[in-house]
Amino acid sequence: MADIIKIGAYLCKGCGLGERLNIGALENAAKRAGKASVVRSHGFLCNQEGVELIKADIEKEGVTRVVIAACSRRAKTEAFRFDEVAVSRANLREGVIWIRPDTKEAKETTQEMAEDYVRMACAEVRRMTLPTANPKAALNRRILVVGGGISGMTAALEASQAGYGVTIVEKTDRLGGWAGRLYKRVADRYPFADPADTGVADMVKAIQSDAKITVHLNALVSRTSGAPGRFEVEITSGGAATNETFGSIIQASGFTRYDLANLPEMGGGTLKDVVDQAGLEELALAAAGGPIKRPSDGREVRSVIFVQCAGQRSEKPGHLPYCSGFCCTTSIKQAMYFKDRNPEIDTVVLFSDLRTPGAGGEDFYRNGQRKGVTFAKGSVRAVVQGEAGPVVQFQDEILNDSVSMPVDLVVLATGQVANAGVNIENAPESAESVQKVSILNLTYRQGPDVPQLKHGFSDSHFICFPYETRRTGIYTAGPVRRPMDIAQAMEDATGATLKAIQTLENAGLGRAAHPRVGDLSFPTFRREGCTQCKRCTVECPFGAIDEDEQRYPQFNEARCRRCGTCMGACPVRVISFENYSVETVGQQVKSLEIPDEFSGKPRVLIFACENDAYPALDMAAQNRLEYSAYVRVIPVRCLGSVNTIWLNDALNNGYDGVMLMGCQKGENYQCHFVKGSEMAYYRMSKIGDTLKGMNLDTERVTTYEVAITDIHRIPKLINDYIAMIEKIGPSPFKGF
Amino acid sequence: MSNPNQTIPGQYRGNFLREVEANVEEGEWVKMCMQCGVCAGSCPLGPYWDYPPQQIFMMIRAGKREEVLSSTSMWMCTSCYNCMVRCPRELPITHIMHGLATYAKRIGKAPQTPITPRFAQKFWDNLTVTGRVNELKLGLALYFINGIGEGIQTAMKMQDIGLGMLKTKRMSPFEILGGHGIKDKAGFRAMLKKAEEIELAKIAKNQVAGV
Amino acid sequence: MAKRDYSFYPGCSSQKGASASNCTTSINAICDVLKIQLNEIPDWNCCSASIGYAGGGELPRLTLSARNLALSEQHNPGQDVVATCAACWLATRETTERLAHDDQLFTETKIALKEAGLTLQNKTPVRHFVEVLIEDVGYDALKAAVKKPLTGIKIASYVGCQTNRPFGIAGESFENPLYLDKLTEAMGATALKDYDKKVACCGGALAFSEPEKSQDLIKDILQAAYDVGADMIVTPCPVCQMNVEVYQGLINQRHGTNFNMPVVYYSTLMAVAYGKSASESGLDGQVIRAKQLDALAGR
Repeated sequence: MADIIKIGAYLCKGCGLGERLNIGALENAAKRAGKASVVRSHGFLCNQEGVELIKADIEKEGVTRVVIAACSRRAKTEAFRFDEVAVSRANLREGVIWIRPDTKEAKETTQEMAEDYVRMACAEVRRMTLPTANPKAALNRRILVVGGGISGMTAALEASQAGYGVTIVEKTDRLGGWAGRLYKRVADRYPFADPADTGVADMVKAIQSDAKITVHLNALVSRTSGAPGRFEVEITSGGAATNETFGSIIQASGFTRYDLANLPEMGGGTLKDVVDQAGLEELALAAAGGPIKRPSDGREVRSVIFVQCAGQRSEKPGHLPYCSGFCCTTSIKQAMYFKDRNPEIDTVVLFSDLRTPGAGGEDFYRNGQRKGVTFAKGSVRAVVQGEAGPVVQFQDEILNDSVSMPVDLVVLATGQVANAGVNIENAPESAESVQKVSILNLTYRQGPDVPQLKHGFSDSHFICFPYETRRTGIYTAGPVRRPMDIAQAMEDATGATLKAIQTLENAGLGRAAHPRVGDLSFPTFRREGCTQCKRCTVECPFGAIDEDEQRYPQFNEARCRRCGTCMGACPVRVISFENYSVETVGQQVKSLEIPDEFSGKPRVLIFACENDAYPALDMAAQNRLEYSAYVRVIPVRCLGSVNTIWLNDALNNGYDGVMLMGCQKGENYQCHFVKGSEMAYYRMSKIGDTLKGMNLDTERVTTYEVAITDIHRIPKLINDYIAMIEKIGPSPFKGF
Repeated sequence: MSNPNQTIPGQYRGNFLREVEANVEEGEWVKMCMQCGVCAGSCPLGPYWDYPPQQIFMMIRAGKREEVLSSTSMWMCTSCYNCMVRCPRELPITHIMHGLATYAKRIGKAPQTPITPRFAQKFWDNLTVTGRVNELKLGLALYFINGIGEGIQTAMKMQDIGLGMLKTKRMSPFEILGGHGIKDKAGFRAMLKKAEEIELAKIAKNQVAGV
Repeated sequence: MAKRDYSFYPGCSSQKGASASNCTTSINAICDVLKIQLNEIPDWNCCSASIGYAGGGELPRLTLSARNLALSEQHNPGQDVVATCAACWLATRETTERLAHDDQLFTETKIALKEAGLTLQNKTPVRHFVEVLIEDVGYDALKAAVKKPLTGIKIASYVGCQTNRPFGIAGESFENPLYLDKLTEAMGATALKDYDKKVACCGGALAFSEPEKSQDLIKDILQAAYDVGADMIVTPCPVCQMNVEVYQGLINQRHGTNFNMPVVYYSTLMAVAYGKSASESGLDGQVIRAKQLDALAGR
């Protein structure tokens, strides 16, 4: 069926399209230029009658390709979903009538716009085939959890309760991680008044009695290969290796405590009675509910100072630049260890900004105050040895007062350092990247661990895509992803578990997971045309492409996010998707009539990222913001998928300019495929010489960062660009 | 400010905080301040305070007893309640300031200048005589609060205001001869005496308890 | 319309020959129109305002207001206590709430009250007179009683502090209460809603003991009214009224300004709109005459 190309074009007259446009002329465009076999118009295409009309043609007339000339492809997606045929959408509503004035003067250019979009949709759909599921699809309902701390245990229990099998690989000899080494945890429920039991023992018991969970202690992941649905993992324990296959992986490798020896000016590593928060937990556990004693001489602690942000939120060399988020509430909890036992013990918390995240954080802080913990905004200059113990020298920032206070014990609230494995991107080594040993030992072309985002933490994007790493099917959870406390780690692990389940289920159906969930298309390449240049394997933001023995690219479909960055990268244009290819876009570019240089009607092509720029254009239309009728917009999966051949085609065909609209790149990137927009910028920076070689102004190809919120900016960008083009004049390539 | 690097016994040890909690109206709220400074920024006479409320609260926790009790700060409070309604921790700041003033005055720490402590005392004395405030006597007492000479000067300066009030019958020269008052003066005074007795007994009890 | 009865706590400054006697005059005038019966609490005493704290401790001060509440219960049973003075209202309401929430203080207060032969249930609502107007009478009825609309008079509503904080008129915000604007509009005048010193402090009692600092505050309150083109300032508070009105001469001397801004009570404004005479409306109590109101009342 897919081999027979029979195009049905359906024009909607609703939403004012019938009044604003000459539908008869559009029908002609579909018939003549678009070569559509069946052309019909309907007053209300998205209602049941309209949809039935299309369905009837598919069944009875043998229509195999459908063009919907109506609203944006982002509207009425359910009504216009026909799974058995390829569908293209000509955006006449948001793309034409809503952004053009309803005036007599504008009528002609508005109609031209609409006819071009009909031609483009017909040209596109002719080259589209219906994607079919990945033939290598494998359903594996087992999840690997790396790390047996609070995050890993939570993930394991959540996955098991959802019906999935779990293997935990824990490097130490027991489950529990840092939480297992606490005397008590911060209050986790109303009234958030007192330190609470950690709950670790109960979790360990639950895991041990769970038939679906297997635990490997003293074990490491020594090798990971494959893809979602078929991860091959070698687990090494005590010199012996076992192999297991998993559907997806949760990396909950946690954190390492910051090295106190980096803080000698605060007595770290030099004074016995200066400990970190983990050190205080050890003292509290040793006290077992009795008086807490100081390390130097075992005397009961009668006064204690907690120093917040010790070696954190500081740009000093060797310090951590970030806030670890858990330490303020931890100090409040630890001060309560003293106050709850004996209110006469002096407990002072020196803070610069007290941060108590979470629902109960503020209540817990207040309860600390009620119990008599003294909070002072102060910055510590030094901790020195006095006659009877440490002396804390600090500046009271509220009273602008220099203070020296002798105490029995000093607790430094130091931060969390991620156990993120090897930094595969070779960023400058800093204090935070102390881990040199790989966690996952991936056999991927791009390195043995998941990429790090900031400060050595493994993440993809804090806000837009939590849990996502840049390795599909591998999810980080807990403090390896960002600094966090127990409550956050548990929530985080639950989220990562849901993602891990989603990805293995999608892999089982041969479909994409995040962010093009359910997409069946995946890239293939024409082997005979490939020059083995490796650009695709290098530029894939997700490490989805390895090289086979013969050095050809080997696509691991289940790892692929379907962004098309490989397609954009390929210099010989051998990579394509069934429904998105060099041809589907190239033919659209070539399908429309370019007015000659004397018409006064320039033509500008816009490649707009479908994630941000295209929705922004739609929203501009919903707000009835006008922009020039001289532009033609082609949505792309990611700016990274734009192949420079399309620019060549456009300029050679007489377009006067090309605008590329993608997401923000760089450190605070907004690209849904992480590196796609950055790659596009890089490639476009290289075509300046080509343009000059063609005797064209370099402005004729311009790249823009456009956010989804740029609703008012985007029409202005377009109009300014058109004004610029009108100023520099028509392209010399017109009419050839 | 204290000498840098000097170690002072009792600092940040909560002694003064406990004293304030036991003796100052709404004093138990002091420890709940989170040092945001909204009170300091909301005070109409803020620039004239030795220490704004935020700082006062921190000083109490830091044990700066003398500085707090002898400061002019609390006496600059106009009772506008702006700090109190804006405090995100809902501390009754105005009442705490009044309470600190009362306590400082009672233990003889209130400053000689400005005159507000003495004026406020005169107000109280004035109202407790007849049960109602006698505005004329209060005004005159205020003018002469720093002696006869200054009093005459002030009275001269305020002459126009007095005349305005007299003309509009919003001040009566006959108030000087006793003026308004309640009937049950005996009961009223006995009541106040009892209230004072109860309060002083509480303070004495606290002192025995050592706070 | 049946008469509404309230237990009235007038306060020291409202008395004959005292600074807010003109407030009382105008309150009486509008009560007459609106059929409000204010029954004075017999033998009421001073509330100690917000400056008595130097001499009186917490309990003696609370006891002062408790005595008034007890007398009200005894003589005006079942009637809400109503005050027209901001400080009187604040102190009395503060007392009733503190005693309701602190059993020990309540017990101690009752012991002291016993010395004056009084008992206290502490169940009486304590309300500001403005609350009676807007809740019990309502803006519509207040407007319906207007005989001489104050058309064209531009008014800066100066709410001040203690009518607004810490309790405030029910339903209003601390930062921008609107009732005074609504009242002046109901009387047909123009409310200048951009007046930005609406809830600023005039110095209160410190106008006596810290005159220059307070006068600086008052200067800003006046200047802001001139800035928005006000014909007069209207206020509900006796201390605000006096402070902002009577020191204009001294401020002019000290700062070279040329202030001569009438400051009137809302009740004076209403009495004039309700057709009362200049003396019934308390207009003869103005140190700075409100000439537009004089003209209207004289007609």
